[in-house]
Amino acid sequence: MATAASLPQDGVPASPDAIVVRFAGDSGDGMQLTGGQFTLSTALAGNDLATFPDFPAEIRAPQGTLFGVSAFQINFGSRSINTAGDAPDVLVAMNPAALKVNLAALKPGGLIIADTGAFTKRNLDKAKYDANPLEDGSLAKYDLLAFDISEKTIEAVKPFGLGNKDALRSKNMWTLGLALWMFDRDREPIHEWLKQKFKSKPEIADANIAALDAGHAYGETAELAGPLKQVHVDPVPTAPGLYRTVTGAEAVSLGLVAGAQLAELPMFFGGYPITPASAILHHLARLKEFGVTTFQAEDEIAAICAAIGASYAGQLGVTSSSGPGIALKTEAIGLGIMTELPLVIVNSQRGGPSTGLPTKTEQSDLYQAVYGRNGDAPMPVIAACSPSDAFEVAIEACRIATQYMTPVMLLTDGYIANAAEPWKVPDPSTFEPFPAKFLTEKNGTDEEGNATFLPYKRDEKGARPWVKPGTPELMHRIGGIEKHELTGNIDYSPDNHQRMTDARKNKVEGVKVPDQEVALGETSGKLAVVGWGSTYGPIHQAVRRSIEKGCSVSHIHVRHIWPMPKNLGDLLRGFDHVLVPEMNTGQFKTVLRDQFLVDAQPLTKTSGQPFQIAELEAEIAKFFDDIPGNEGGQVPANDQQLPSTEGGAK
Amino acid sequence: MNAPVKIETTLKDWETDQEVRWCPGCGDYAILKAVQRTLPQLGADPKNTVFISGIGCSSRFPYYVESYGFHTIHGRAPAFATGAKLANPDLDVWLVTGDGDGLSIGGNHLMHVLRRNVNMQIMLFNNEIYGLTKGQASPTSREGTKSPSTPIGSYDHPARPAAFALGSGARFIGRGFDVSKNLPDVLKAAHAHRGAAFIEIFQNCIVYNKDVFNDFAAPKGAEDQQLWLEDGKPMLFAKDTKGIALNRETLSLEVVDVTDGDWEAAGVIVHDVTNRSVAHMLIEMPFGPFPMALGVLYDDPRPTFEDAVIAERNKASEGKEANLAKLLGKGQTWTVDGTAEDPV
Repeated sequence: MATAASLPQDGVPASPDAIVVRFAGDSGDGMQLTGGQFTLSTALAGNDLATFPDFPAEIRAPQGTLFGVSAFQINFGSRSINTAGDAPDVLVAMNPAALKVNLAALKPGGLIIADTGAFTKRNLDKAKYDANPLEDGSLAKYDLLAFDISEKTIEAVKPFGLGNKDALRSKNMWTLGLALWMFDRDREPIHEWLKQKFKSKPEIADANIAALDAGHAYGETAELAGPLKQVHVDPVPTAPGLYRTVTGAEAVSLGLVAGAQLAELPMFFGGYPITPASAILHHLARLKEFGVTTFQAEDEIAAICAAIGASYAGQLGVTSSSGPGIALKTEAIGLGIMTELPLVIVNSQRGGPSTGLPTKTEQSDLYQAVYGRNGDAPMPVIAACSPSDAFEVAIEACRIATQYMTPVMLLTDGYIANAAEPWKVPDPSTFEPFPAKFLTEKNGTDEEGNATFLPYKRDEKGARPWVKPGTPELMHRIGGIEKHELTGNIDYSPDNHQRMTDARKNKVEGVKVPDQEVALGETSGKLAVVGWGSTYGPIHQAVRRSIEKGCSVSHIHVRHIWPMPKNLGDLLRGFDHVLVPEMNTGQFKTVLRDQFLVDAQPLTKTSGQPFQIAELEAEIAKFFDDIPGNEGGQVPANDQQLPSTEGGAK
Repeated sequence: MNAPVKIETTLKDWETDQEVRWCPGCGDYAILKAVQRTLPQLGADPKNTVFISGIGCSSRFPYYVESYGFHTIHGRAPAFATGAKLANPDLDVWLVTGDGDGLSIGGNHLMHVLRRNVNMQIMLFNNEIYGLTKGQASPTSREGTKSPSTPIGSYDHPARPAAFALGSGARFIGRGFDVSKNLPDVLKAAHAHRGAAFIEIFQNCIVYNKDVFNDFAAPKGAEDQQLWLEDGKPMLFAKDTKGIALNRETLSLEVVDVTDGDWEAAGVIVHDVTNRSVAHMLIEMPFGPFPMALGVLYDDPRPTFEDAVIAERNKASEGKEANLAKLLGKGQTWTVDGTAEDPV
């Protein structure tokens, strides 16, 4: 984010170190596409960036309505960017509804670019505007640049003989062209992309290119008074290497492929369509040459059961879903835990409960991941903090699953799944392989000294052997019924159940996880802000700013949710206060209290929107009355949900 | 499946050291023996054989067969079996389910394993009752079945397993009953069928639903009510004194008397295992006026799911290299030169 000093109140500075742009329009206006291509051009320009796509659950909500607004926010800069940014500097509003829904977020003095062609009486009515906001002076505290993008687009594509309706489809490319000019970007990669995308319809490609160029030319040549001026954001100093942009869903898919290769196993992916997890199924379905089998099952239950069946037969079983689908898989997860077979379960969390907010983000499946099964059913849980981190976390999930013979849950969320960021392409030759071992010979002896096979004889890690059907002499039966601690035969006896329960618990608690490190700040002090998952970015920036102000605050980011790093309790006890920001009602806070008896304070948000840096900074400030220039305030009482819907970010 | 090597085994080789825990007199014992008798005749290889089951009395079956076995969760065995089969198509998979497991909680999975045509044998033990949970009415219980959950008698219409299977797209429908000496032949035919082979096995729950199939499955005196179907043979029963004919006006089956063995004169039809319409009529024959159709009712193979999955994978992989480094660096990329410091 630009600092207050560098950002004058009356517009966008000519050379800021970071800038936030939000493209908003009707869900049929192609805003996600515009945002995606703008992201690419941003990355190619060498800026660091983070994005936040925010779209409605309806595929094509009625045109022009408030609930049909689709937006894409990008924060880019000449220094490290961790979040999609708080308040946009620039809002592109393709219709009245988009303006209405997004205006409150815009920074005072920010720039609005609006398409007057879409501000018709009909669209104003749909957006519930009594008067045209572009004309009634209500936008006086912003810079306003309103002109007829629709008309200019139709003009630009006229030579290609498209009807008005088809011509207007290129409106987003016209707008993108203007944005490319505004931020001094190269058009060539977008031209290439359009040619590729419309390979079979060259006239459509040409029309879109013409619209893009016309938007660009408009910025370049038009005599624009005031607000619209070219802005140059310098490239961020970055470690040398090959880069690409990656979304969380892509990174999870790539990480799973890498994990299966490192385990030297073919991968079986069982999935069922659900938002926002389907993207992983789509990505993997195109990677068959990597020994990946994708299976779109008849339901969530069959998806996980087929994955367990594949693991049983010697492949790496993987399934993926979101909260409601994970709920359906729960019984099968229990069977995976009981039969001790490897399995990776990806949960792309979304707002809940029930169907909840399918396209909005939340972290409210933590209890479900850690505790949500019948019986004592321990399972490792790890969480990704960003799109690129999802790659490493997916590999880690494969490692734990195959080395410890256990289902593992990988938590991402809607934000990570859809958001894009630049990613330094890793070199696979630097990855540590963890080849899976299959038992092929008997592993025990009976009283008479004969070799026997013991399907549940554990290794030093507590893991039982993995035996593929098809292996001679090692036929055996497994199932969900409690089994003898060595032979695996049905055994309900009290002592055996006690020992098996302990063995399952000890195995999972013994999973080796790296010691907890501090992401930012000192290893002890006044306040530790502890996060997990996608809150990494806003917490990190809020803590960084607070440290700059002189606060004794540290950022601790926990990747291993279960089991937790062994040193985490001691680390937390080195701070006077522990604040846990989460996009739920305080689930991780409860787990921390339970595990370490620390007085962890919740800071929660369940609006379906990610935390903003400023709101976290303000909460941190409440712990530091003595810092000059700090707002100060009260430390929140236990379990009070902050910010509330009244006080929180909109 | 690749052409499997025939292995010599005996019935004993297929018995585990586990104590069989069904009620004394349960029909499951007879089915277990029939399967253990059939496997050596098939030349089945214990190391490649997998029994996969759901939950219920029938689903304890895998524990008693000396092969690989997976006792899974209620109703979901077809999904586990599908995953195992896709991971290793060479496995010879036998699925064991019951009327509650397969048609109630697991109806969805049974439907899809049949329509996908995953190559395996699916044995549905139909005893028209929930046995393991102590006798509640099941989806195949006849109307009026009195049980702890239906004290005045059940009132929902029963499902017909074979009709469900045919409607789901099954390409093999077999029928038998627990103590029948013909059961191994039905199992062998099912095993020979490449694809999902559905076998409904009437099974006598002697505790909660005793002798409900006695009209055609009683150990003695019910033979005349059994129509054992054979491909290419006339549909005769009751010591060849009766047969099944097609009423061409109503397009329905009827029972006709056969005098002096002249079935052709009586209009008795010849069984064609590939005739789907007749298979449907045989399944739906109302018992009472008609005999119970048993044996192989329908057998008309088509390509299996795993073949299609493998073919698709091969096609999709053609000419492509599984190079992880290239995959990670795919798409629009850019290179940062120089020795700039790491980002803050």
